[in-house]
Amino acid sequence: MIRARFKLAFTSFALDVDLELPSRGVTAVFGHSGSGKTTLLRCIAGLQQTPGGELSVNGVVWQDAQTFMPTHRRPLGYVFQEASLFSHLSVRRNLEYGMKRVPSTLRREGLQASVELLGIAPLLERTTEGLSGGERQRVAIARALAVSPELLLLDEPLASLDVARKQEILPYLERLHDDLEIPVLYVSHAPDEVARLADHVVLLENGRVVAQGGLHATLSRLDLADAFAEDMGVVIEATIAEHDDSDHLTRLDFEGGSVHVSRCAEARGSRMRFRIQARDVSLATRKPEHTSILNVFQARVVELADATVPGQVLVKLSVGGTPFIARISGRSRKELRIEPGSSVWAQVKSVAVLR
Amino acid sequence: MALSDTDLGAIWLTMRLATLVTCLLLLIGTPIAWWLSRTRSWLKGPIGAVVALPLVLPPTVLGFYLLVAMGPHGWVGQLTQTLGLGLLPFSFWGLVVASVFYSMPFVVQPIQNAFEAIGERPLEVAATLRAGPWDRFVTVALPLAKPGFITASILGFAHTVGEFGVVLMIGGNIPDKTRVVSVQIFDHVEALEYPQAHALAGAMLLFSFLVLLGLYVFNPNRRSA
Repeated sequence: MIRARFKLAFTSFALDVDLELPSRGVTAVFGHSGSGKTTLLRCIAGLQQTPGGELSVNGVVWQDAQTFMPTHRRPLGYVFQEASLFSHLSVRRNLEYGMKRVPSTLRREGLQASVELLGIAPLLERTTEGLSGGERQRVAIARALAVSPELLLLDEPLASLDVARKQEILPYLERLHDDLEIPVLYVSHAPDEVARLADHVVLLENGRVVAQGGLHATLSRLDLADAFAEDMGVVIEATIAEHDDSDHLTRLDFEGGSVHVSRCAEARGSRMRFRIQARDVSLATRKPEHTSILNVFQARVVELADATVPGQVLVKLSVGGTPFIARISGRSRKELRIEPGSSVWAQVKSVAVLR
Repeated sequence: MALSDTDLGAIWLTMRLATLVTCLLLLIGTPIAWWLSRTRSWLKGPIGAVVALPLVLPPTVLGFYLLVAMGPHGWVGQLTQTLGLGLLPFSFWGLVVASVFYSMPFVVQPIQNAFEAIGERPLEVAATLRAGPWDRFVTVALPLAKPGFITASILGFAHTVGEFGVVLMIGGNIPDKTRVVSVQIFDHVEALEYPQAHALAGAMLLFSFLVLLGLYVFNPNRRSA
Protein backbone atom coordinates (compact mmCIF):
# COMPACT_ATOMS: atom_id res chain seq x y z
CA MET A 1 0.00 0.00 0.00
CA ILE A 2 1.13 3.54 -0.69
CA ARG A 3 0.41 6.19 1.92
CA ALA A 4 0.99 9.76 0.85
CA ARG A 5 0.31 13.01 2.62
CA PHE A 6 1.53 16.27 1.17
CA LYS A 7 0.82 19.90 1.85
CA LEU A 8 2.34 22.57 -0.32
CA ALA A 9 1.47 26.21 -0.79
CA PHE A 10 2.64 28.29 -3.72
CA THR A 11 1.40 31.79 -4.30
CA SER A 12 -1.23 30.79 -6.83
CA PHE A 13 -1.71 27.13 -6.02
CA ALA A 14 -1.89 24.85 -3.01
CA LEU A 15 -1.66 21.09 -2.86
CA ASP A 16 -3.24 19.31 0.07
CA VAL A 17 -3.61 15.58 -0.38
CA ASP A 18 -3.97 12.56 1.84
CA LEU A 19 -3.97 9.37 -0.19
CA GLU A 20 -4.04 5.66 0.29
CA LEU A 21 -3.29 3.80 -2.90
CA PRO A 22 -3.35 0.07 -3.60
CA SER A 23 -0.01 -1.62 -4.17
CA ARG A 24 -1.09 -3.31 -7.36
CA GLY A 25 -2.75 -2.10 -10.53
CA VAL A 26 -2.96 1.21 -12.29
CA THR A 27 -4.19 4.22 -10.36
CA ALA A 28 -5.20 7.10 -12.59
CA VAL A 29 -4.57 10.53 -11.14
CA PHE A 30 -7.22 12.41 -13.02
CA GLY A 31 -8.09 16.09 -13.12
CA HIS A 32 -8.09 19.22 -15.24
CA SER A 33 -4.81 20.89 -16.06
CA GLY A 34 -3.66 22.91 -13.08
CA SER A 35 -5.33 20.58 -10.59
CA GLY A 36 -1.98 19.52 -9.16
CA LYS A 37 -1.56 16.12 -10.80
CA THR A 38 2.03 16.63 -11.90
CA THR A 39 2.95 18.32 -8.63
CA LEU A 40 1.63 15.30 -6.73
CA LEU A 41 3.76 12.99 -8.88
CA ARG A 42 6.83 15.18 -8.35
CA CYS A 43 6.25 15.09 -4.58
CA ILE A 44 6.10 11.31 -4.66
CA ALA A 45 9.30 11.19 -6.70
CA GLY A 46 11.04 13.58 -4.33
CA LEU A 47 11.63 16.08 -7.14
CA GLN A 48 9.50 18.58 -5.26
CA GLN A 49 10.54 19.23 -1.68
CA THR A 50 7.60 19.09 0.71
CA PRO A 51 8.50 19.89 4.30
CA GLY A 52 6.17 17.98 6.58
CA GLY A 53 5.14 15.54 3.85
CA GLU A 54 4.79 11.85 4.52
CA LEU A 55 5.18 9.00 2.11
CA SER A 56 5.56 5.29 2.57
CA VAL A 57 5.52 2.62 -0.10
CA ASN A 58 4.77 -0.96 0.91
CA GLY A 59 5.78 -0.22 4.48
CA VAL A 60 9.08 1.49 3.62
CA VAL A 61 9.22 5.14 4.66
CA TRP A 62 10.42 7.32 1.81
CA GLN A 63 9.68 10.54 3.59
CA ASP A 64 8.46 11.68 6.98
CA ALA A 65 9.39 14.24 9.63
CA GLN A 66 12.86 12.70 10.10
CA THR A 67 13.70 11.21 6.72
CA PHE A 68 13.82 12.47 3.20
CA MET A 69 15.03 9.91 0.72
CA PRO A 70 16.50 11.81 -2.23
CA THR A 71 15.05 10.97 -5.63
CA HIS A 72 17.99 8.84 -6.75
CA ARG A 73 17.56 6.53 -3.77
CA ARG A 74 13.83 5.97 -4.28
CA PRO A 75 13.15 2.71 -6.13
CA LEU A 76 10.81 4.26 -8.68
CA GLY A 77 10.49 4.69 -12.40
CA TYR A 78 9.37 8.04 -13.78
CA VAL A 79 8.18 8.85 -17.29
CA PHE A 80 7.94 12.56 -18.00
CA GLN A 81 5.38 14.24 -20.22
CA GLU A 82 7.95 14.79 -22.96
CA ALA A 83 10.18 11.77 -23.43
CA SER A 84 13.32 13.56 -22.19
CA LEU A 85 15.78 11.03 -23.58
CA PHE A 86 19.45 11.86 -23.12
CA SER A 87 20.44 13.29 -26.49
CA HIS A 88 24.13 12.47 -25.98
CA LEU A 89 23.45 8.75 -25.64
CA SER A 90 22.19 6.11 -28.06
CA VAL A 91 18.86 4.41 -27.40
CA ARG A 92 20.66 1.42 -25.88
CA ARG A 93 22.83 3.60 -23.62
CA ASN A 94 19.70 5.51 -22.56
CA LEU A 95 18.11 2.23 -21.50
CA GLU A 96 21.25 1.10 -19.72
CA TYR A 97 21.77 4.39 -17.89
CA GLY A 98 19.43 3.61 -15.03
CA MET A 99 19.82 -0.16 -15.11
CA LYS A 100 23.59 0.03 -14.61
CA ARG A 101 23.05 2.02 -11.44
CA VAL A 102 20.82 -0.60 -9.84
CA PRO A 103 22.76 -3.26 -7.92
CA SER A 104 22.43 -6.54 -9.81
CA THR A 105 20.90 -8.23 -6.77
CA LEU A 106 17.97 -5.79 -6.95
CA ARG A 107 17.36 -6.21 -10.67
CA ARG A 108 14.22 -8.18 -11.24
CA GLU A 109 14.19 -7.90 -14.98
CA GLY A 110 16.88 -7.49 -17.55
CA LEU A 111 16.88 -4.99 -20.33
CA GLN A 112 15.47 -7.61 -22.67
CA ALA A 113 12.13 -7.82 -20.88
CA SER A 114 11.39 -4.10 -21.08
CA VAL A 115 12.72 -3.91 -24.65
CA GLU A 116 10.29 -6.65 -25.65
CA LEU A 117 7.38 -5.26 -23.69
CA LEU A 118 7.68 -1.92 -25.49
CA GLY A 119 8.66 -3.39 -28.85
CA ILE A 120 11.78 -1.26 -29.29
CA ALA A 121 14.35 -3.91 -30.22
CA PRO A 122 14.82 -2.45 -33.74
CA LEU A 123 15.64 0.99 -32.28
CA LEU A 124 18.42 -0.01 -29.90
CA GLU A 125 21.41 1.10 -31.97
CA ARG A 126 19.81 4.33 -33.19
CA THR A 127 20.51 7.81 -31.89
CA THR A 128 17.64 9.49 -30.11
CA GLU A 129 17.44 12.24 -32.72
CA GLY A 130 15.83 10.17 -35.47
CA LEU A 131 13.04 8.73 -33.31
CA SER A 132 9.39 9.68 -33.71
CA GLY A 133 7.47 11.06 -30.74
CA GLY A 134 5.82 7.71 -30.10
CA GLU A 135 9.11 5.82 -30.29
CA ARG A 136 10.77 8.27 -27.92
CA GLN A 137 8.02 7.79 -25.36
CA ARG A 138 8.25 4.00 -25.66
CA VAL A 139 12.01 4.17 -25.06
CA ALA A 140 11.40 6.44 -22.07
CA ILE A 141 8.94 3.94 -20.59
CA ALA A 142 11.32 1.03 -21.17
CA ARG A 143 14.13 3.06 -19.59
CA ALA A 144 12.01 3.63 -16.49
CA LEU A 145 11.12 -0.07 -16.29
CA ALA A 146 14.74 -1.16 -16.68
CA VAL A 147 15.56 0.08 -13.18
CA SER A 148 13.21 -2.60 -11.74
CA PRO A 149 11.11 0.03 -9.97
CA GLU A 150 8.79 -0.74 -7.09
CA LEU A 151 6.51 2.07 -8.21
CA LEU A 152 6.04 3.42 -11.72
CA LEU A 153 5.03 7.05 -12.20
CA LEU A 154 3.72 8.12 -15.60
CA ASP A 155 3.09 11.82 -16.13
CA GLU A 156 0.71 12.14 -19.07
CA PRO A 157 2.93 10.05 -21.32
CA LEU A 158 0.53 10.54 -24.23
CA ALA A 159 -0.20 14.23 -23.83
CA SER A 160 2.46 15.45 -26.24
CA LEU A 161 1.47 12.99 -28.97
CA ASP A 162 -1.04 13.21 -31.80
CA VAL A 163 -3.96 10.81 -32.06
CA ALA A 164 -2.15 8.33 -34.29
CA ARG A 165 0.88 8.16 -31.96
CA LYS A 166 -1.46 7.69 -28.98
CA GLN A 167 -3.05 4.72 -30.68
CA GLU A 168 0.45 3.38 -31.27
CA ILE A 169 1.38 3.52 -27.57
CA LEU A 170 -1.90 2.62 -25.87
CA PRO A 171 -1.57 -1.12 -26.59
CA TYR A 172 1.85 -1.08 -24.91
CA LEU A 173 0.42 0.69 -21.89
CA GLU A 174 -2.31 -1.93 -21.75
CA ARG A 175 0.33 -4.64 -21.77
CA LEU A 176 2.02 -2.82 -18.88
CA HIS A 177 -1.26 -2.90 -17.05
CA ASP A 178 -1.64 -6.62 -17.60
CA ASP A 179 1.98 -7.67 -17.02
CA LEU A 180 3.29 -5.45 -14.26
CA GLU A 181 3.22 -6.60 -10.68
CA ILE A 182 4.03 -3.14 -9.36
CA PRO A 183 1.71 -0.21 -8.67
CA VAL A 184 1.49 2.38 -11.42
CA LEU A 185 0.40 5.98 -10.98
CA TYR A 186 -0.87 7.33 -14.26
CA VAL A 187 -1.48 11.05 -14.51
CA SER A 188 -4.00 11.98 -17.16
CA HIS A 189 -6.63 14.52 -18.05
CA ALA A 190 -8.12 12.32 -20.78
CA PRO A 191 -11.15 10.29 -19.63
CA ASP A 192 -10.70 7.76 -22.43
CA GLU A 193 -7.17 6.90 -21.25
CA VAL A 194 -8.42 6.54 -17.70
CA ALA A 195 -11.27 4.29 -18.84
CA ARG A 196 -8.90 2.07 -20.77
CA LEU A 197 -6.01 1.78 -18.37
CA ALA A 198 -7.01 2.44 -14.80
CA ASP A 199 -8.17 0.16 -12.01
CA HIS A 200 -8.41 2.94 -9.46
CA VAL A 201 -9.03 6.63 -9.79
CA VAL A 202 -7.87 9.60 -7.77
CA LEU A 203 -9.72 12.71 -8.78
CA LEU A 204 -7.92 15.99 -8.11
CA GLU A 205 -9.41 19.46 -8.18
CA ASN A 206 -7.45 22.58 -7.23
CA GLY A 207 -4.87 20.56 -5.39
CA ARG A 208 -7.39 18.56 -3.37
CA VAL A 209 -8.59 14.99 -3.66
CA VAL A 210 -12.29 15.07 -4.52
CA ALA A 211 -12.68 11.34 -4.90
CA GLN A 212 -10.65 8.19 -4.77
CA GLY A 213 -11.68 4.61 -5.27
CA GLY A 214 -12.18 1.81 -7.77
CA LEU A 215 -12.62 2.79 -11.41
CA HIS A 216 -16.16 1.48 -11.85
CA ALA A 217 -17.50 2.92 -8.62
CA THR A 218 -15.86 6.31 -9.16
CA LEU A 219 -16.93 6.71 -12.77
CA SER A 220 -20.55 6.00 -11.85
CA ARG A 221 -20.73 8.67 -9.15
CA LEU A 222 -23.16 11.37 -10.24
CA ASP A 223 -21.66 13.93 -7.86
CA LEU A 224 -18.48 13.91 -9.98
CA ALA A 225 -20.33 15.06 -13.11
CA ASP A 226 -18.36 18.30 -13.21
CA ALA A 227 -15.04 16.49 -13.51
CA PHE A 228 -16.07 14.26 -16.39
CA ALA A 229 -18.56 16.63 -18.08
CA GLU A 230 -19.26 15.40 -21.63
CA ASP A 231 -17.34 12.20 -20.96
CA MET A 232 -19.61 11.03 -18.15
CA GLY A 233 -20.16 7.33 -18.50
CA VAL A 234 -19.49 3.92 -17.05
CA VAL A 235 -16.80 1.33 -17.70
CA ILE A 236 -17.80 -2.30 -17.32
CA GLU A 237 -15.72 -5.48 -17.19
CA ALA A 238 -17.04 -8.38 -19.23
CA THR A 239 -16.19 -11.73 -20.73
CA ILE A 240 -16.56 -12.72 -24.38
CA ALA A 241 -19.42 -15.20 -24.33
CA GLU A 242 -20.09 -15.86 -27.99
CA HIS A 243 -19.13 -14.79 -31.50
CA ASP A 244 -21.84 -14.61 -34.14
CA ASP A 245 -20.01 -14.64 -37.44
CA SER A 246 -23.10 -14.44 -39.64
CA ASP A 247 -24.14 -11.12 -38.13
CA HIS A 248 -20.59 -10.11 -37.32
CA LEU A 249 -21.40 -9.60 -33.66
CA THR A 250 -19.90 -10.60 -30.34
CA ARG A 251 -21.81 -11.08 -27.12
CA LEU A 252 -20.15 -9.88 -23.94
CA ASP A 253 -21.45 -11.04 -20.59
CA PHE A 254 -21.16 -8.77 -17.58
CA GLU A 255 -22.50 -9.05 -14.08
CA GLY A 256 -26.22 -8.54 -14.52
CA GLY A 257 -26.56 -8.77 -18.27
CA SER A 258 -24.99 -9.04 -21.67
CA VAL A 259 -24.30 -6.68 -24.50
CA HIS A 260 -23.78 -7.09 -28.25
CA VAL A 261 -20.88 -5.37 -29.95
CA SER A 262 -19.18 -5.60 -33.35
CA ARG A 263 -17.26 -8.85 -33.80
CA CYS A 264 -14.01 -8.70 -31.78
CA ALA A 265 -10.86 -10.57 -32.65
CA GLU A 266 -10.24 -11.92 -29.16
CA ALA A 267 -11.10 -15.51 -28.28
CA ARG A 268 -14.13 -16.64 -26.30
CA GLY A 269 -13.56 -16.31 -22.58
CA SER A 270 -11.25 -13.29 -22.91
CA ARG A 271 -11.72 -10.52 -20.40
CA MET A 272 -12.85 -7.29 -22.03
CA ARG A 273 -13.65 -3.82 -20.82
CA PHE A 274 -16.28 -1.65 -22.45
CA ARG A 275 -17.56 1.82 -21.94
CA ILE A 276 -20.99 3.33 -22.28
CA GLN A 277 -21.28 7.09 -22.26
CA ALA A 278 -24.23 8.68 -20.53
CA ARG A 279 -25.23 10.64 -23.64
CA ASP A 280 -25.61 7.37 -25.57
CA VAL A 281 -28.23 5.95 -23.20
CA SER A 282 -31.90 6.84 -23.59
CA LEU A 283 -34.77 5.72 -21.37
CA ALA A 284 -38.29 4.40 -21.95
CA THR A 285 -40.92 3.43 -19.42
CA ARG A 286 -42.30 0.65 -21.60
CA LYS A 287 -40.28 -2.03 -23.34
CA PRO A 288 -39.25 -0.54 -26.68
CA GLU A 289 -40.43 -2.63 -29.61
CA HIS A 290 -39.61 -2.34 -33.27
CA THR A 291 -36.37 -0.56 -32.44
CA SER A 292 -33.09 -0.86 -34.32
CA ILE A 293 -31.13 -0.58 -31.13
CA LEU A 294 -29.57 -3.90 -30.18
CA ASN A 295 -28.80 -3.30 -26.57
CA VAL A 296 -31.88 -2.73 -24.46
CA PHE A 297 -31.82 -3.40 -20.73
CA GLN A 298 -34.40 -3.46 -18.02
CA ALA A 299 -33.12 -1.26 -15.22
CA ARG A 300 -34.05 0.36 -11.96
CA VAL A 301 -33.45 4.07 -11.32
CA VAL A 302 -31.10 4.56 -8.40
CA GLU A 303 -30.36 8.25 -8.31
CA LEU A 304 -30.95 11.49 -10.20
CA ALA A 305 -28.74 14.56 -10.52
CA ASP A 306 -28.43 17.64 -12.71
CA ALA A 307 -25.97 17.29 -15.59
CA THR A 308 -23.44 20.00 -16.40
CA VAL A 309 -25.53 20.94 -19.44
CA PRO A 310 -28.60 23.04 -18.45
CA GLY A 311 -31.90 21.25 -18.95
CA GLN A 312 -30.29 17.82 -18.81
CA VAL A 313 -30.35 15.32 -15.98
CA LEU A 314 -28.16 12.35 -15.20
CA VAL A 315 -29.92 9.16 -14.21
CA LYS A 316 -28.02 6.43 -12.45
CA LEU A 317 -29.44 3.01 -13.18
CA SER A 318 -28.86 -0.47 -11.92
CA VAL A 319 -28.82 -3.16 -14.61
CA GLY A 320 -28.88 -6.36 -12.59
CA GLY A 321 -26.55 -4.69 -10.08
CA THR A 322 -24.18 -3.07 -12.59
CA PRO A 323 -24.41 0.73 -12.62
CA PHE A 324 -25.28 2.52 -15.87
CA ILE A 325 -25.69 6.26 -16.34
CA ALA A 326 -28.12 7.89 -18.76
CA ARG A 327 -28.29 11.56 -19.67
CA ILE A 328 -31.78 12.68 -20.66
CA SER A 329 -33.57 15.99 -20.87
CA GLY A 330 -35.29 17.38 -17.80
CA ARG A 331 -38.55 17.56 -19.75
CA SER A 332 -38.47 13.83 -20.57
CA ARG A 333 -37.77 13.07 -16.95
CA LYS A 334 -40.89 15.02 -15.91
CA GLU A 335 -43.12 13.58 -18.61
CA LEU A 336 -42.00 9.99 -17.98
CA ARG A 337 -42.09 10.58 -14.21
CA ILE A 338 -38.67 9.06 -13.68
CA GLU A 339 -37.91 8.95 -9.99
CA PRO A 340 -35.56 6.89 -7.85
CA GLY A 341 -36.98 3.38 -7.73
CA SER A 342 -38.74 3.64 -11.11
CA SER A 343 -38.45 0.70 -13.40
CA VAL A 344 -37.28 1.71 -16.89
CA TRP A 345 -35.86 0.37 -20.14
CA ALA A 346 -32.45 1.67 -21.10
CA GLN A 347 -31.55 1.76 -24.78
CA VAL A 348 -27.85 1.92 -25.45
CA LYS A 349 -26.98 3.51 -28.77
CA SER A 350 -23.28 2.80 -28.72
CA VAL A 351 -20.88 0.59 -26.80
CA ALA A 352 -17.14 1.28 -27.01
CA VAL A 353 -15.06 -1.83 -26.54
CA LEU A 354 -11.86 -0.73 -24.84
CA ARG A 355 -9.99 -4.02 -24.98
CA MET B 1 61.11 36.72 -43.87
CA ALA B 2 62.08 34.11 -41.30
CA LEU B 3 61.28 34.47 -37.62
CA SER B 4 64.22 35.21 -35.34
CA ASP B 5 65.08 33.23 -32.24
CA THR B 6 63.55 35.91 -30.00
CA ASP B 7 60.38 35.74 -32.10
CA LEU B 8 60.25 31.97 -31.72
CA GLY B 9 60.92 32.33 -28.00
CA ALA B 10 58.00 34.73 -27.74
CA ILE B 11 55.73 32.37 -29.65
CA TRP B 12 56.73 29.40 -27.48
CA LEU B 13 56.16 31.45 -24.31
CA THR B 14 52.77 32.63 -25.55
CA MET B 15 51.65 29.08 -26.31
CA ARG B 16 52.77 27.81 -22.91
CA LEU B 17 51.00 30.68 -21.17
CA ALA B 18 47.75 30.29 -23.11
CA THR B 19 47.63 26.51 -22.69
CA LEU B 20 48.26 26.67 -18.97
CA VAL B 21 45.77 29.50 -18.46
CA THR B 22 43.08 27.66 -20.46
CA CYS B 23 43.50 24.50 -18.40
CA LEU B 24 43.40 26.44 -15.14
CA LEU B 25 40.35 28.37 -16.28
CA LEU B 26 38.45 25.20 -17.19
CA LEU B 27 39.16 23.88 -13.69
CA ILE B 28 38.22 27.11 -11.92
CA GLY B 29 35.58 28.32 -14.32
CA THR B 30 33.45 25.13 -14.46
CA PRO B 31 32.35 25.22 -10.79
CA ILE B 32 31.77 28.97 -11.01
CA ALA B 33 29.71 28.55 -14.18
CA TRP B 34 27.74 25.68 -12.60
CA TRP B 35 27.03 27.71 -9.50
CA LEU B 36 25.99 30.75 -11.52
CA SER B 37 23.69 28.64 -13.71
CA ARG B 38 21.93 26.93 -10.77
CA THR B 39 21.91 29.31 -7.81
CA ARG B 40 19.00 31.42 -6.69
CA SER B 41 21.20 33.30 -4.21
CA TRP B 42 21.31 37.11 -4.29
CA LEU B 43 25.06 36.73 -4.76
CA LYS B 44 24.48 35.57 -8.33
CA GLY B 45 24.30 39.15 -9.60
CA PRO B 46 27.42 40.51 -7.85
CA ILE B 47 29.55 37.44 -8.62
CA GLY B 48 28.40 37.36 -12.23
CA ALA B 49 29.31 41.03 -12.53
CA VAL B 50 32.78 40.50 -11.05
CA VAL B 51 33.44 37.64 -13.45
CA ALA B 52 32.35 39.82 -16.37
CA LEU B 53 34.39 42.88 -15.30
CA PRO B 54 37.39 42.19 -17.59
CA LEU B 55 35.01 42.50 -20.56
CA VAL B 56 34.59 46.23 -19.94
CA LEU B 57 37.59 47.18 -17.81
CA PRO B 58 40.63 48.64 -19.61
CA PRO B 59 43.35 45.96 -19.32
CA THR B 60 45.69 48.53 -17.80
CA VAL B 61 43.27 49.11 -14.93
CA LEU B 62 43.04 45.40 -14.19
CA GLY B 63 46.82 45.11 -14.56
CA PHE B 64 47.39 48.06 -12.25
CA TYR B 65 45.31 46.62 -9.42
CA LEU B 66 46.85 43.18 -9.83
CA LEU B 67 50.30 44.78 -9.80
CA VAL B 68 49.51 46.60 -6.58
CA ALA B 69 48.00 43.50 -4.96
CA MET B 70 50.84 41.20 -6.00
CA GLY B 71 53.56 43.75 -5.23
CA PRO B 72 55.72 43.69 -2.07
CA HIS B 73 53.16 45.73 -0.11
CA GLY B 74 49.99 44.13 -1.50
CA TRP B 75 48.22 41.38 0.41
CA VAL B 76 48.79 38.82 -2.34
CA GLY B 77 52.45 39.78 -2.45
CA GLN B 78 52.82 39.41 1.31
CA LEU B 79 51.09 36.04 1.12
CA THR B 80 53.35 34.74 -1.66
CA GLN B 81 56.40 36.01 0.21
CA THR B 82 55.32 34.30 3.42
CA LEU B 83 54.79 31.08 1.48
CA GLY B 84 58.33 31.41 0.13
CA LEU B 85 57.15 31.86 -3.47
CA GLY B 86 58.69 35.28 -3.88
CA LEU B 87 56.91 38.05 -5.76
CA LEU B 88 54.70 37.38 -8.77
CA PRO B 89 55.01 40.56 -10.83
CA PHE B 90 57.49 40.37 -13.69
CA SER B 91 57.48 36.58 -13.58
CA PHE B 92 55.83 33.94 -15.74
CA TRP B 93 53.51 32.90 -12.91
CA GLY B 94 52.49 36.48 -12.37
CA LEU B 95 51.37 36.51 -16.00
CA VAL B 96 49.48 33.26 -15.48
CA VAL B 97 47.57 34.68 -12.50
CA ALA B 98 46.77 37.92 -14.30
CA SER B 99 45.65 36.09 -17.44
CA VAL B 100 43.35 33.83 -15.45
CA PHE B 101 41.49 36.91 -14.23
CA TYR B 102 41.63 38.64 -17.57
CA SER B 103 40.25 35.70 -19.60
CA MET B 104 37.78 34.47 -16.97
CA PRO B 105 34.56 35.75 -18.61
CA PHE B 106 35.47 34.19 -21.95
CA VAL B 107 35.51 30.78 -20.30
CA VAL B 108 32.83 31.09 -17.64
CA GLN B 109 30.12 32.63 -19.80
CA PRO B 110 29.95 30.02 -22.58
CA ILE B 111 29.97 27.22 -20.01
CA GLN B 112 27.34 28.97 -17.92
CA ASN B 113 25.14 29.46 -21.00
CA ALA B 114 25.53 25.80 -21.90
CA PHE B 115 24.58 24.67 -18.39
CA GLU B 116 21.57 26.99 -18.41
CA ALA B 117 20.46 25.68 -21.80
CA ILE B 118 20.34 22.12 -20.43
CA GLY B 119 17.65 23.08 -17.92
CA GLU B 120 16.55 21.01 -14.95
CA ARG B 121 14.80 18.23 -16.84
CA PRO B 122 17.72 16.01 -17.92
CA LEU B 123 19.12 16.16 -14.39
CA GLU B 124 15.75 15.25 -12.91
CA VAL B 125 15.50 12.35 -15.35
CA ALA B 126 18.96 11.19 -14.27
CA ALA B 127 17.89 11.42 -10.61
CA THR B 128 14.89 9.17 -11.29
CA LEU B 129 17.36 6.77 -12.94
CA ARG B 130 19.34 6.43 -9.69
CA ALA B 131 22.14 8.90 -10.47
CA GLY B 132 23.37 10.89 -7.46
CA PRO B 133 24.28 14.60 -7.70
CA TRP B 134 27.95 14.16 -8.70
CA ASP B 135 27.05 11.30 -11.05
CA ARG B 136 24.42 13.52 -12.73
CA PHE B 137 26.92 16.32 -13.16
CA VAL B 138 29.57 14.11 -14.74
CA THR B 139 27.39 11.86 -16.89
CA VAL B 140 24.66 14.29 -17.95
CA ALA B 141 25.54 17.95 -17.40
CA LEU B 142 29.14 17.81 -18.67
CA PRO B 143 28.44 15.83 -21.87
CA LEU B 144 25.39 17.94 -22.71
CA ALA B 145 27.43 21.13 -22.18
CA LYS B 146 30.26 19.93 -24.45
CA PRO B 147 29.73 22.60 -27.12
CA GLY B 148 30.00 25.24 -24.41
CA PHE B 149 33.28 23.77 -23.20
CA ILE B 150 34.75 23.75 -26.70
CA THR B 151 33.75 27.37 -27.23
CA ALA B 152 35.10 28.30 -23.79
CA SER B 153 38.47 26.63 -24.39
CA ILE B 154 38.98 28.25 -27.76
CA LEU B 155 37.91 31.70 -26.64
CA GLY B 156 39.94 31.48 -23.42
CA PHE B 157 43.04 30.37 -25.31
CA ALA B 158 42.72 32.93 -28.08
CA HIS B 159 41.97 35.77 -25.69
CA THR B 160 45.04 34.95 -23.60
CA VAL B 161 47.18 34.90 -26.73
CA GLY B 162 45.88 38.31 -27.66
CA GLU B 163 46.35 40.15 -24.38
CA PHE B 164 48.74 43.10 -24.26
CA GLY B 165 47.89 45.71 -21.64
CA VAL B 166 47.76 43.37 -18.69
CA VAL B 167 51.02 41.75 -19.78
CA LEU B 168 52.84 45.07 -19.92
CA MET B 169 51.58 46.08 -16.49
CA ILE B 170 52.30 42.77 -14.75
CA GLY B 171 54.98 41.09 -16.79
CA GLY B 172 56.95 43.88 -18.35
CA ASN B 173 59.07 42.77 -21.25
CA ILE B 174 61.53 40.10 -20.16
CA PRO B 175 62.65 37.74 -22.97
CA ASP B 176 61.54 34.11 -22.50
CA LYS B 177 59.83 34.98 -19.23
CA THR B 178 57.18 37.55 -19.95
CA ARG B 179 57.75 38.74 -23.50
CA VAL B 180 54.80 37.32 -25.35
CA VAL B 181 54.07 37.69 -29.07
CA SER B 182 51.91 40.80 -28.80
CA VAL B 183 54.66 42.61 -26.83
CA GLN B 184 57.30 41.41 -29.27
CA ILE B 185 55.33 42.90 -32.18
CA PHE B 186 55.09 46.18 -30.29
CA ASP B 187 58.88 46.12 -29.79
CA HIS B 188 59.48 45.48 -33.50
CA VAL B 189 57.24 48.37 -34.48
CA GLU B 190 58.84 50.69 -31.96
CA ALA B 191 62.24 49.80 -33.35
CA LEU B 192 60.85 50.41 -36.86
CA GLU B 193 61.53 46.74 -37.75
CA TYR B 194 58.48 46.54 -39.99
CA PRO B 195 59.40 43.34 -41.85
CA GLN B 196 59.84 41.45 -38.54
CA ALA B 197 56.60 42.94 -37.24
CA HIS B 198 54.90 41.84 -40.49
CA ALA B 199 56.10 38.27 -40.10
CA LEU B 200 54.94 37.92 -36.53
CA ALA B 201 51.70 39.82 -37.06
CA GLY B 202 50.98 37.68 -40.13
CA ALA B 203 51.56 34.55 -38.09
CA MET B 204 49.14 35.81 -35.44
CA LEU B 205 46.54 36.65 -38.07
CA LEU B 206 46.80 33.17 -39.56
CA PHE B 207 46.63 31.60 -36.10
CA SER B 208 43.54 33.52 -35.09
CA PHE B 209 41.82 32.67 -38.33
CA LEU B 210 42.58 28.97 -37.96
CA VAL B 211 41.32 28.98 -34.38
CA LEU B 212 38.02 30.52 -35.36
CA LEU B 213 37.77 28.26 -38.40
CA GLY B 214 38.20 25.31 -36.06
CA LEU B 215 35.51 26.70 -33.80
CA TYR B 216 32.99 26.91 -36.62
CA VAL B 217 33.93 23.70 -38.42
CA PHE B 218 34.29 21.28 -35.53
CA ASN B 219 31.60 22.75 -33.36
CA PRO B 220 28.65 23.25 -35.69
CA ASN B 221 26.19 23.14 -32.79
CA ARG B 222 27.43 26.40 -31.37
CA ARG B 223 23.93 27.79 -31.34
CA SER B 224 23.13 25.37 -28.52
CA ALA B 225 26.01 26.66 -26.43
